[in-house]
Amino acid sequence: MKLLKYFLVGFFFGIVLTKSEAVSWYRIYEMFQFQSFHMYGIIGVAVATGIIGVQIIKRKNIKDIDGFPIEIQEKPKDNARYWLGGISFGLGWALVGSCPGPIFILIGAGFLPVIIVLIGALIGTIIYGALKSKLPH
Amino acid sequence: MEIFFQTWPWYVSGFLIGMVMLLLTYLGKNFGMSTNLQSLCSMTGLGKRFEYFDFDWRENRWNYVVVLGAMVGGFVAVHFMSDPSNVAINPKTIAQLSQMGIDAPNGQLMPQALFGEQIWQSPKSILILLGGGILIGFGTRYAGGCTSGHAISGLSNLQLPSLKAVIAFFIGGLIMSHFLLPLFF
Repeated sequence: MKLLKYFLVGFFFGIVLTKSEAVSWYRIYEMFQFQSFHMYGIIGVAVATGIIGVQIIKRKNIKDIDGFPIEIQEKPKDNARYWLGGISFGLGWALVGSCPGPIFILIGAGFLPVIIVLIGALIGTIIYGALKSKLPH
Repeated sequence: MEIFFQTWPWYVSGFLIGMVMLLLTYLGKNFGMSTNLQSLCSMTGLGKRFEYFDFDWRENRWNYVVVLGAMVGGFVAVHFMSDPSNVAINPKTIAQLSQMGIDAPNGQLMPQALFGEQIWQSPKSILILLGGGILIGFGTRYAGGCTSGHAISGLSNLQLPSLKAVIAFFIGGLIMSHFLLPLFF
């Protein structure tokens, strides 16, 4: 039962991402061609909502559902990993049109060829895990 | 009721996605989808060979449940909340795609040219999807996050590393969309 709330959050997330068409290959292509404001609007409003929410959480010291202080993870202050990893992800994102969330959502929705993308993503993850100590971060 | 079937406007969708991130934060978790790729690999016992996968993947059980919920949500949205008016992209985009031999949406989320059933018979199509997946898996784990972890959570927390990552996502995406994609189609 404790896990039910996560299922509901995920269910809602899947519906929003599908109905906003952020899972659509077409929308990603259109975004990178600068031919629509739609995706920029989605990301912009999501970040604006997030910034306001995080500021409220920090300033009012809001506790989480279990009564613990909310600690938002800080990202490591690296450099190379964000540029090199980011460019790699961007290349893949614009090619197959899906980031990790939508990969799962699309498979659930019945787009079976996306399973090949997931297999690729798992292979890519293993490659990173194997090379991690040799890569600049 | 109509709103359920139409494309949800960006200001509604963006707000709801921001709320999903905040809701997970309130539940004491970090919003991040690509972490699941690491956990799925760890589940297969790869932790014995590579330190990166050596952790207790059971701790991330909540995140698999989020993914499971998202999959069911995607199923419901596509099968019960769709309308032929969906995916109304820019006519210029449609014309540009047809020059590359990629079909127009006609209400569908994904082009047949890349995701139709015929791709199982085409080694080239399979390689494109597999290659794209490898770039996504490698890139998100190297960068330590994807659109959810960096673009939404990271930027919301005003993290400079996330800004670098998001700029890099766009550099990679623009190179692919403008220079490489036309070579593949």
